[in-house]
Amino acid sequence: MPLLELRGVEARYGPVRALDGVSLAVDEGQIVAVLGANGAGKTTTLRAVSGTVRRGGEIRFDGRPLGRRGPEAMARLGVAHVPEGRGTFGELTVEENLRLGAYTRRGKLDGDIERVSGWFPWIGERLDQPAGTLSGGEQQMLALARALMSRPKLLLLDEPSLGLAPLVTREIFRIVAELNEKEGLTVLVVEQNAAIALEVAAYAYVLEVGKVAVSGTSEELARDESVRKSYLGY
Amino acid sequence: MANFVQQVVAGLGSGAIYAALALALVLIHRATGVINFAQGEMAMFTTYICWTLITNHGWRYWPAFVATLAFAFLLGIGIQRVVIHPVANASLLTIVIMTIGLVLIFNGLAALIWSAEIRAFPSPFPNETWQIGTVSISQQDVGTFAVVLVLVLGLWAFFQFTKIGLALRASALNPEASRLVGVRVGWMLAIGWGLAAVLGAVAGMLAAPTLFLDPNMMQATLIYAFAAAVLGGIDSPFGAVAGGILLGVGLNLLGSYVDVVGADLRLPVALLIILVVLLVRPEGLFGKPVQRRV
Repeated sequence: MPLLELRGVEARYGPVRALDGVSLAVDEGQIVAVLGANGAGKTTTLRAVSGTVRRGGEIRFDGRPLGRRGPEAMARLGVAHVPEGRGTFGELTVEENLRLGAYTRRGKLDGDIERVSGWFPWIGERLDQPAGTLSGGEQQMLALARALMSRPKLLLLDEPSLGLAPLVTREIFRIVAELNEKEGLTVLVVEQNAAIALEVAAYAYVLEVGKVAVSGTSEELARDESVRKSYLGY
Repeated sequence: MANFVQQVVAGLGSGAIYAALALALVLIHRATGVINFAQGEMAMFTTYICWTLITNHGWRYWPAFVATLAFAFLLGIGIQRVVIHPVANASLLTIVIMTIGLVLIFNGLAALIWSAEIRAFPSPFPNETWQIGTVSISQQDVGTFAVVLVLVLGLWAFFQFTKIGLALRASALNPEASRLVGVRVGWMLAIGWGLAAVLGAVAGMLAAPTLFLDPNMMQATLIYAFAAAVLGGIDSPFGAVAGGILLGVGLNLLGSYVDVVGADLRLPVALLIILVVLLVRPEGLFGKPVQRRV
């Protein structure tokens, strides 16, 4: 049974239909990528899962139908959503951002802060710095670290490469792949940069105007020239 | 010189009251972008609760004080949940009008329950002065200042060092991102209203011995609190407290050294401060420049 399963999911913003029956599945311990052009419904797919947009159709997480759960409830179920634009709190310090990431958990967090500092060593040295003074890449890493603080069952990652230099993007995807490998982290990642996403993902879905146009293992999609040309643009 | 020091200390007393009410306004404005025009009337209403406990039920002052704070906290939460939450997604104007409606409700309710008669309210501090050289310092003013100081420091520690305090700050800064990490933002707003009502209750109970208790007692104080909040920066908690103290001391000095101002012109001076600050430096003395997000 997959950890996350979407069946015929629909979502709209007012009169605009953003998702028109999306079905996909993410197995535990897997990295799955959602690819596609601007406006294809990638971000909305993540928002439907985390409950930040009203959704129709069926979503099951951990065997349970989600119903109308909002983002607060989804966070409690173990879904960590790193949204577009990262959603870090610029006026708060790095440490406060991390503590907020563990908001749904009880008990001491010092061990967890140490654990995520292991993945991002600079974090441990800059806990008192306001997050707003970090560079774009550091903020993306902080958003990722904050999500890890909640010990998520599922990480939703929205366009981690947005606005970042290629080298920084590569570093972030390397860390995500390593987290998946070493800690068994399950990830559903949305990305415009199809090439880099296919490198780390096991499976990928290509969206087109709110529907899944093609799907397959990353190797299949990367190998298929017509798919690459018509959907992935490289 | 002795007179000057005396007037400064006297200003600290009223300034502390403005500071407490200004901080209440800032707490709610930071979280919701709304000025709660009912903050003064809520303070008045809770002060009546304290009065009832003391006069009708024979409570001692400090237990009644603490019970009133608890009542104010629940009242603030209740108002946010019942009155403000249902219109939370409406325009700011709608919410502001709701708070003006609350002004009328609390004012009328107080007159109905306790009548509009002016009543004396006890002070926890002796009506005596300390004599330091030629300076005589009112214990009332020092006591008032001390109570507000303890309250403000306690609130600061709560916001800075507790998990709920952190969640409250996060909710005010970025409600969307707060929801994603599991913060129940709706309840955080309610707690914010509760804390604001507690601050208001303290201001009301400390002001009542000098202002006397009646349903309109907090109306002028609310204007001073506005002036203090605007002066310090409407989104700056530190600014609200500093603005309140500055205003209290400043008005007191003006009143004693500038004959024209006297007691009657204090309120117009406060309004003038609001006007000038909004025109010259809208972010206040301690606020960050206003940035519009596109």
